[in-house]
Amino acid sequence: MAARYLFRRAVGAVVVLWLAATLAFLALKLTPGDPAQALLAASGATPDEIAARRAQLGLDASLPIQYGRYLADLVRIDLGESWLHGRPVGQMIAEQLPSTLALAMAATAVAAILGLLLGLPAALRQGTWVDTLTTSVSVVGLSTPTYWSGLLAILVFSLYLPWLPSAGQGSLGHLVLPAGVLGFAMSGAIARVVRAQVAEVLRANYVVAAHAKGLSPLRVLFVHVLRNAMGPALAVTALQFGFMLSGAVVTESVFARRGLGKLVVQAIIWRDLPVVRGVMLVAALAFVLTSLAADLARGWLDPRLREELQ
Amino acid sequence: MSARSLGGRARRFRPIPIAAAAWLVVVGVLAVVAPRLAPQGPTTADPASALLPPRAGSPLGTDFLGREIWVRLAWGARLTLAAGAVALALAVAVGLPVGLAAGGRGGWVDSVLMRLVDGLLAFPGLLLAMAVMAILGGGMDSVAIAVGLTAAPAYSRVARTVAREVRIQPYIDAARALGCSPWRIAARHILPNAGPALVSFAGAQLGSILLMMGALNFLGLGAAPGSPEWGMMLADGRGYLRQAPWASVFPGLALALTVLAANLLGDAWE
Repeated sequence: MAARYLFRRAVGAVVVLWLAATLAFLALKLTPGDPAQALLAASGATPDEIAARRAQLGLDASLPIQYGRYLADLVRIDLGESWLHGRPVGQMIAEQLPSTLALAMAATAVAAILGLLLGLPAALRQGTWVDTLTTSVSVVGLSTPTYWSGLLAILVFSLYLPWLPSAGQGSLGHLVLPAGVLGFAMSGAIARVVRAQVAEVLRANYVVAAHAKGLSPLRVLFVHVLRNAMGPALAVTALQFGFMLSGAVVTESVFARRGLGKLVVQAIIWRDLPVVRGVMLVAALAFVLTSLAADLARGWLDPRLREELQ
Repeated sequence: MSARSLGGRARRFRPIPIAAAAWLVVVGVLAVVAPRLAPQGPTTADPASALLPPRAGSPLGTDFLGREIWVRLAWGARLTLAAGAVALALAVAVGLPVGLAAGGRGGWVDSVLMRLVDGLLAFPGLLLAMAVMAILGGGMDSVAIAVGLTAAPAYSRVARTVAREVRIQPYIDAARALGCSPWRIAARHILPNAGPALVSFAGAQLGSILLMMGALNFLGLGAAPGSPEWGMMLADGRGYLRQAPWASVFPGLALALTVLAANLLGDAWE
């Protein structure tokens, strides 16, 4: 039963990935200009050399054949070569991934904790000043550009109060400001879902019944309310993690951190399209895997969903 | 309308959406009158008065080239609002027909279009916009196009959901029974009834559109160097964060308040 559900979800994930890969392929093909010429024009290559390079890059083949080779390469986790550096894109991404992943995970943890801290009191004290305050903080979090809050954080915690480093990486201290800024920005969406879900569950009959049979309020909150409200909150958190990669692009730039962000910004400035495409595909893969994981976690938390999806 | 229902409306009067709308009006007016208020333009530099703090006659201070921050913010509002409007219009123009076709027709049209939308939504929005920038090249026009195209799939998804809800209403069956063509049903029956929800979502999207445009410019992928675009001013100012925090704090504040206002108005509409 679980295996069939897992299989269907996995097939769906592969289809989305294939579509994303196809869109990325077409986008690169639609780009005007000849990559071989772009690569070699600066060095004053002869037309013969350019033609040879085209053949080497496989650009002389027909479009369906290029597409077939591209998919076959992808299956072997070969993302092609950087036009600028001539190095395998997969290797360039693998070098930068740990730094970005560390930031994304730390920021997701911050976002989940803040989202819970903001959303839960809002739901438990609906219509009071607690609700107004926490809901306002979430909207501000959603609306504040990280490239601004990041600078404010540097201004306060690195320049005025010399507590934390403003740039670079290495220690845990380097992670605090970027993860805090990015996590705060992502917490608003989580807080909204937590508030809505907890508010809905609080009205459910089984919560009334749990209170009526004399369970302690804390027990009702943790065992009955939170467990039932967590599914959608978990799903949103996982989605946010998928999107963390693009949030990390900006945050890495603000805090001068190494990572995929710097890689992709440089690649866009130099029009190094295989690198851009490689980062896009890695981001799509991260998104698809996290949504799959979120679905499975929801099914594990809520047996009703498992049956519904059969 | 009875006095009682009027009273009910008055009680739901909230100061926050009013303040949000007022801020957007202020930004809009500044954008329109910028050439009259500051005819010298946003790029007039005066190296002798670089990085001066806010003071009388220069309410927001000057940047590293001695340009007035407030003048640049006012001129920048023109860029931000114009590009935001173009991006939003593009998102609706591309996203709405796709969503209405998918939700209104159903069947294989729906399946194909929505799989395509899923494929696009698998890319994080900002990265997708950056990739479009890589293809189009820099400039504020590219920023508006890239962000608009990036926002379109989400719009399709919402339009589809709304269209599906409207489609099963009895008056659609009635229109079909009267022999209306699918296009006429979409244009005359589904669209007007789906309107409020679609406007609300467009408002909510404006906030993320402005954030994304600011991010592209902050990263140096968009507007030309020296342009008074707010995200770019922020990037220009950050090298002088210690000596002149106002050069980056005020542009960011202007952007954050504008995004906040758009989000609050979107919430209030719901």
